[in-house]
Order: sequence, then C-alpha cells, then structure tokens
Amino acid sequence: MALLKELKKGALTSLWFVFLTFPIMVIQVNPIERTVIYRWHNALYMAAGTFCVYLLVRYYQHRKENKPDQVEGKEQTSSFIHKILLNPRQRNILIAVVATVALLFPHFFSTYQTNVMTTALMYVVLGLGLNIVVGLAGLLDLGFVAFYAVGAYSYALLNLHFGLGFWTVLPIGGLMAAMFGVILGFPVLRLRGDYLAIVTLGFGEIIRLVLENWGAFSQGPSGVSNISRPGFFGMDLSLEQSILYTYYLMILFVIVTIFVVNRLQDSRLGRAWIALREDEIACQAMGVDKRKTKLVAFSLGAFWAGIVGVMFAAKTTFVNPASFTFLESAIILSIVVLGGMGSIIGVLFGALILILMPEYLRALSEYRMLAFGGILVCMMIFRPQGLITNVRRTYKFEKKSN
Amino acid sequence: MNLNLSGKILTTVAGAFIALSVPVSGFAGDTIKFGVAGPHSGDLASYGLPSINAAKLVIDKVNANGGINGKQIEMLIEDDVCKPEISTNTATKLVSDKVDVVLGHICSGATKAAMPIYTDAGILVMSPSATSDELTLSGNYPNFFRTIAPNAAQSPAMVDFAVDKLGLKKVAIIHDKGDYGKPLAEGAKAYIEKTGKGEVVLFEGITPGAMDYSAIVQKIKRSGADVVVFGGYHPEASKIVTIMKKKRLKTTFVSDDGVKDDTFIKVAGKAAEGVYAAGPQDNATNVMATEAKEAHKKEFGADPGAFFEGAYAATVAMLNAIEKADSTKLEDLKKVLQTEKVATPVGSINFDENGDAIGVGFSMYVVKDGAYVVVK
Amino acid sequence: MFQIFFYAVMDYFIELLFSGLTRGSIYALIALGYTMVYGIIGLINFAHGEIYMIGAFTAFIVATVLSIYGFPLLSIVIIAGVAAVVWSSSYGYTIEKIAYKPLRHAPRLSPLISAIGMSIFLQNYVLLAQTSDFLPFPTLIPDFEFMEPIAHIVGTTDLIILVTTVVVMVILTIIIKFSKIGKAMRATAQDRTMATLVGINVNNVISATFIVGSSLAAIGGLLIASHIGQINFYIGFIAGIKAFTAAVLGGIGSIPGAVLGSLILGLTESFATGYVSSDYEDVFAFSLLVLILIFKPSGLLGKATNQKV
Repeated sequence: MALLKELKKGALTSLWFVFLTFPIMVIQVNPIERTVIYRWHNALYMAAGTFCVYLLVRYYQHRKENKPDQVEGKEQTSSFIHKILLNPRQRNILIAVVATVALLFPHFFSTYQTNVMTTALMYVVLGLGLNIVVGLAGLLDLGFVAFYAVGAYSYALLNLHFGLGFWTVLPIGGLMAAMFGVILGFPVLRLRGDYLAIVTLGFGEIIRLVLENWGAFSQGPSGVSNISRPGFFGMDLSLEQSILYTYYLMILFVIVTIFVVNRLQDSRLGRAWIALREDEIACQAMGVDKRKTKLVAFSLGAFWAGIVGVMFAAKTTFVNPASFTFLESAIILSIVVLGGMGSIIGVLFGALILILMPEYLRALSEYRMLAFGGILVCMMIFRPQGLITNVRRTYKFEKKSN
Repeated sequence: MNLNLSGKILTTVAGAFIALSVPVSGFAGDTIKFGVAGPHSGDLASYGLPSINAAKLVIDKVNANGGINGKQIEMLIEDDVCKPEISTNTATKLVSDKVDVVLGHICSGATKAAMPIYTDAGILVMSPSATSDELTLSGNYPNFFRTIAPNAAQSPAMVDFAVDKLGLKKVAIIHDKGDYGKPLAEGAKAYIEKTGKGEVVLFEGITPGAMDYSAIVQKIKRSGADVVVFGGYHPEASKIVTIMKKKRLKTTFVSDDGVKDDTFIKVAGKAAEGVYAAGPQDNATNVMATEAKEAHKKEFGADPGAFFEGAYAATVAMLNAIEKADSTKLEDLKKVLQTEKVATPVGSINFDENGDAIGVGFSMYVVKDGAYVVVK
Repeated sequence: MFQIFFYAVMDYFIELLFSGLTRGSIYALIALGYTMVYGIIGLINFAHGEIYMIGAFTAFIVATVLSIYGFPLLSIVIIAGVAAVVWSSSYGYTIEKIAYKPLRHAPRLSPLISAIGMSIFLQNYVLLAQTSDFLPFPTLIPDFEFMEPIAHIVGTTDLIILVTTVVVMVILTIIIKFSKIGKAMRATAQDRTMATLVGINVNNVISATFIVGSSLAAIGGLLIASHIGQINFYIGFIAGIKAFTAAVLGGIGSIPGAVLGSLILGLTESFATGYVSSDYEDVFAFSLLVLILIFKPSGLLGKATNQKV
C-alpha cells in the first residue's frame, strides 16, 4: 500500500519535472532558419530519470528513518578518522602511509598526474588559509582570490622588472597579501555576516579590475609571461624535473601550513577566533580585542593565499587577470565548507575532491561542469556539516574510581 | 627563516628524488602523435572545436593514403578551456604522452602559459588563432608558428581602412578589456598616434557581459567620433551596434576578426548592416578552401566554424614538414616550414624566422544583406 | 551661446540619467528576489541570477516558436511573458525544495555552497540542453511612432522597462502590504518561530517568496533580453552579482532598500562611464558600496540590528 502511494508520488514528481524542463529540454528553436525541433525523447528520459532518482531518494530516507541504529553506525564511521587521530600510534601509522604515498606518487604516475596533484595541493593551502578566516574566525570572505592574485602578481612583476627569484619573493608575496588583508580588514571591521561577504566580493573584483585596466602597471589582460620557475640551488632543471620539484615544494608547503594552522588553532589567538565566531559580544566581554583578532585573521589568511599565489605564478610561468575571478573564490570557499568548516583534514579532503574531480571528470567531457554543480548540491544535502566535522579539543576529568 | 631552513633540508631530499627519477627518453613510436589543444568545452568552445574537425579531415585523408612515410598519424585531443592554469596541465599531458607536433592553442593567454612547456620539450606548436604579438615577435618561443596574422598586422589594417579608405578622421576606440581585444585596440591607438593620420577622440574599455551599453554609446555620440574601432569578440559588438541603432547613432563601426563571424550577423540582425570587420584574406577563389569546406559539410553536416581554415592550413603545413623532413625534430621541421611553400586553404604559405606565416593577411569585409562580403 | 552649451550639457546628463535608470530598474527586479529570500530565510540565493536567465530563455523559446507559427505580436508578448513567469517561478519553487529546504537547519554556509552548486548546474544545464552560442532575441517591443523625436535619449524599450518596473513595484507593494500571504511573509521575516506559533505555514510562505522573487526576475530577464536583443546561458551570472550588490547597498532584507540600491547602482555606473571612464565602471560601483557600508554598516535602508545580550 505504502509502496503504491510512493509510486504514485514518484509519477507525479516526474510529471512535474517533465513540465519544468519542457521548454529548455524539449523545444529547440533556430531563430535564423525559423525551424522548431521537438525532442520528445528528452522528456521521456527526464521522466524515467526523475522517477528512478525519486524512488532512490525515498528509499534512502526510508532506511534512515526506520533504522536509528544505522544512523549511529554512520556517526561512528564519520568519526573514524578522528579516532585514528586521537590514538597516537594509529595516527603515526596513518601519517607514515600518507607521507609515503605522497612522496612516491610522482614515481608511479605520469608527469601530467603530478602536475594535477600539485594544483590540488595548492588549493589545499588556499583552503587552509581561507579556513582561518571563514572556518575559525567565522568571517565570510567571498573575495579571497584577491590575495591569491596579489601574491601571483607580486612575483610576476618583481621577477619581470627586477629579476627577483622565487625564494626572495615568496615571503614578500606573502607579506604583500597580508598587507592587503589588513587594508581590506580595516573598513569592514564593523560589518557583520553577509554585508562582509559582499564587501569582500567587491574587493576581489576591484583588485581584478585594476589588474585588468592598469596596463602600465600589470600589463593588463595580456598578462605577464615567462616567469621563472622556482630555483633549485642555481641548477637548470628540465621541465619534468621542475614539475617534480614543484610537487615536492608543494608537499612541503602543505606540511608547514598544516603544522602552523594546527598550532594556531590551539593557541590563545585561535581560541579567540573561535570565541569570536561563536558569539562576538560575549567574546568582547571576555576581554578579547575584537579589532586586532579580526585583523590578524584576515592578514594571516591572506598571507597563505599570497604564498600560494607566488607558487602559482612560478608553476604556470604566466599570470593574467582571467585566473582570478569570483568563481575561483567560490571554489575555495566550497573547499572549506565541503570539507567541514574549521577542520584541517576536512579541508584536505575537500580540496583533493573538488580540484581532482573536474580533472578526472574529463571523461564526461561536456557534462563535466554539470556534474560538478550537481555533486556540490548533493554533497551539501547529504552532509551539510561537511565531510569531516571538526571535533573540538575536549578535556575530560575522570575521577579515579579506586 | 625556519621555513627557509626546513625548505632547504627538504629540497635536498627532494633533489635526491628528482635525481632518481629522470625518465628514460621515449623511443620514436611507430605512429606520429598529433596533438590538438584548445577550448573544447565551456563558453569559448565554439572557437576550439572547429580545429579538431579540421585536423580530423586532413589526418583521415592522409591516413587513408598510407600515412606519412609509412607511419600512421594518431590524434591526441586535449581541452584547455582557454584558461592559462589549465592549459599548462594540458601541455604537460601532451608532452608526457610524447606528442610530436601540436595544433593549438586557441586563446593567446592559454597559449602563452603553455608555450614554455613545449619550448622546453622542443615540440613544434602551430596555432590557427593566437594573435598576440609577443608569441612570435619576442623570440621567446622559437618553436611557435601560426597561420593567422598577428595583432601587429590587424590594428593597422583596421585603422588604414577606416581613415584612408572611408575617410573618417575622428576615431573612437573601444575594447572589451580582454587579452585579444585590448592589445588590438592599443595597437590601433599607437598606430594612429604614430602616423598622425586621424585623431583618437575616445579610448575606453567596456565590461564584457554587462547588461547594456547605453552609457558608452551616449559617450561615443558625445565624443563626436566618425567611426568606432572595436577590439573584441562578437557578443559585445552585437550589443553595441544594437544599442547604437536604438539610440539612432549612425557612426560607422569597424571591427576585428573576432567580430567577423556569422553569429554576429545572426544576433545583431538589421543592426549589423554596414558593419566593417577585418578577417583573414578572402579565400573564395582558393580551390583548397572550397574543397575543405565541402569535405567538412559532407563529414559533419554543417558549415565549418571559426578558425577552421587556419587550423586546416596549420595541419597541412605541419604534416608536410614532417613528410619532407622525414623527422619530427624541431630543427628539421623549422627548416622545411621556413623554406618551402605549401599550398593550404589560406593560400600558398611559408613562415618567417619569427614563426609568422608569409602570405596571410587581412581583407576588410562589410555586412551586406545579412552576409559578409569583401570590400573591394 | 550659453544656452546652447547648457542644453548640450543637460542633454548628455539626461541621456546618462535614463540609461542609468533603465539599468537600475532591471537590477531592481532581480535584487528584489535576493532581498525577499534573504529577509525570510537569511540565505544569499546565488542561483537567483540563473532563474533570471531561465526566465529570459523561456521567453526566448516561446516567443520564437510563436512567431514561427505566425501569431500576432501582442499575443506573443503576453504568452511569452506569462510563460517566462510561470516557468521561472516553477524553477524557483523546485530549487528551494531540492537544494535549500533540506538545509534549513544546517550550518549557515552550507545552503550558500548548495546555491553556488545549483548556479553552476543550471548554467550548464541550459548550455547543454540548448547551446553555447549567442542567440538573437526576437523584437517583442516595436518602436513607437510618438517616441521617435526623443528616441536618441530614451527609446521605446527604455520607457517600457521603466513603466513595467514601476507597475510591478506597485503591485508588489500592494501584495506585501495588504494580502494575506504578504502579511504572512512579513511576519515570517520578523520572527519565524513566532510566525509558526500564530499558525502561519512557514513552508508555504517560503515557497511563495521564491515564486514571487522568481517571477520578478523573469520579468527583468524578458525586458533586458528584448532591450539588447540577444541572449545566452551566461547572462545570469553577472546580472546576479550586480543585483546582489544593489540589494546589499540598499540594506538586504528591505524591499524599498533593494529598489533604492539598484537605482543608485545603475546611476553610478552610468555616470561613471559617462563622465569618467567605463574602464573603471565596476570599480566605482564596488567602491561606492564599500563607502556606504562603512558609514551605514547595514545598508541604506537596512535596519541596524541591535544585538541583545
């Protein structure tokens, strides 16, 4: 009986979707030749597809509702990683395994795969940087890519005009970005939540537009090309060696970043950020300097973006403003939220999934971005708190029983 | 400091790994690997897909006739979405797949990002569409060739036409801030200022994709320009001419190769009438061009798209060079490309020492009764 | 002499004024959707720009089909308009049910990411089901004879856009102020829990908000597409961001604020292009936003929320 009802509802849903997608999926007009093509088979696919998806979703929901113990099991699997991390022995084994895989990766896969992985690692660091701002301090930043651009252009221009090398510019790029973080931070200190979001979005666009229009400074939309790759003790590296080298550099950056962010999280500053995120007023009442704490969050987040920006310029050897659009900011933000806000491992997973997915979805060719958007929505629906939720450090006081 | 120090330690370790993994260079395969790179998805796909078709047509024909010197040709098609950061991945993929020659990339920015990788690997690259001056004139990329004339040739062609031929002295230069349109517009401005013919009364960039361009059209009107020279692609151009018509502005509109696309006429409709655009030399009398077009229609059931002829020509030129040189080494190929003329749909061409094709140039076209016709 | 000069200057000013108002009106139609949704569920609905695009696309398809079948112009305008509104609001309704409703109690940023995903999905859906090419939008609004003398300042489509926007605003105000659903919307926006307690079906109110917001966006899409005469799958993205900016400028959540913010944004862009340079048009727009928010952190007409401790 219940099944029949479900089937009926499924049929209605698929009917609704056929109606919904009718003009765009079925009708194809050619305004020049003045012909209309009706692609009825699309409506049929749509109906069948929706019906199946509906039943699947209902089945999933049904199972979830009827088996509460199943849910508990799920919770356990989700905290599986935390369990490992809490146990020092298991943690060390895990770290060793990950490290070996990371070190050996380029030797088992092609240069292309290594290159893609390097890109993914760059996004890991970007994600960790944004995680400070959004995940820890709770400041929604939609223009993070601006700092990335500042870093990239610092290296590109300093390299072009003054011939400065990668290692010299690396800290300069980071500091420049951090400075811009403070510049952005000042006016927006008073803003809350979504007002902050739009101002940061505007800031990101302003930086991109200035780079695009101020040709004398940035060479405009043509960009800067022939940027030197990272130097390796003055040795001349061939392309493949240099890709390998960049890969290991990126691994190193990721390790350093994880280490620093991890320590920050547990520091006085990190606690202040989290307090600020949870309740601004209570936090101020506790004597935390809101101004300073926010500014530091902005500048530290920006610092990492700047560092990755320098890396980006060195890796692609070419920058132009087209690489720093709002969509890029949205992707970095998605990494943080998808992975689980405030969770370092979450960001790691988020970046690897979101950056590697489109690259490996190339098999789907033109359906690639469609799938990407769809998966983003589905992931949020099924795991709204992110893949790996951050577990607060807890201290348990246990009375000795004897 | 800390970072630097641990950096050094790790780089030493990394160095050891690098030393371990210098790959054995590949043996010459039994097929010739022909790479095709460009935007094959995303919003610029319509500029990249035609070159795949062009390469397919040529290669299928050659393969059916027994290949080149007994070797079959294999196509490696890679998408770069016209984004610099992706095009480096694309180029790395092609290089690690041991590609012999590459047709592409399509966008100048993506090409510039990808070139160092090919240059390092010593692979011949030929683009049907990347017009940035820097690619050939800077001398940074000795392995880069193209079958389209550079911006340096297109801007003067547009200006000369507007000022000398049409006799319009007051020029408003508008561009779309893109990596194609802006250098073109800047070139036009520099050319006018250098030659002293005409006068630039307005030089502005518009935001591509903005909702409407009424304000900029009003500004053109106020500037008192006789002619608008536009650098950019057809979507913006068609919006501007539509608004110009709406605002009853009858200023002549002269534009570039990005606008010389039939989509422009379809979208702008009546407003497109009388618009001038520079385009690759008229090939209506070229037998090979007509044949290529017919073959495309037969194979794919549609008219070829943007840069099809250039891509066809590039494929023919590269395969010819491989055949004549009987090698895929860059130096051998370059020698053939620079010395021997080859018949292609864009005319009989060879290449100068920079890599630009000799014998390709621009003709001016005008929209008349819903089609582009050559201005005599 | 002075008078001629004065007229020349004034003429240009008026031209820019109207082009700014036209732009601002379209922003307003989209921004209302953002602001209403934000007012009710506190979500920045990034997919809203895509709804606007789908509205315009539906209108394009329906209008072209009808004109091929030889319908008279007036009936084409009406049917295409109704179709655009019906389909966009259906999309708005469905998107809310699929992508936002399950996330109502999720962490604050999750629906935002879901919205970004939805936006990417819808763009590519239209791209794949239709085409990536730009398409000519049929001329739905013929040039009126009596407008000819001033057509160089304000064209027929500009006029229609302005008039339609005003009419739509009036209707919207009446709905919000006096209708039962409008009252329910305001109540829900003020306090969702309280609204539930007094017997308002919050789910229905949220759906209604999405439907109304999407309809407005569809009207905007239809108008702008027939103004510039072209359409493709990407038009929603930039329009969405601009409208969102306008909504925040006016104070997000406030309906008159969205309209005011949109007009200010449209005029700023137009005057910046006209008197300074269109190179920095968007820089001006965003700088204005930052400036206003520094002095009024919750937008022009937004209510400063007093935090209770």
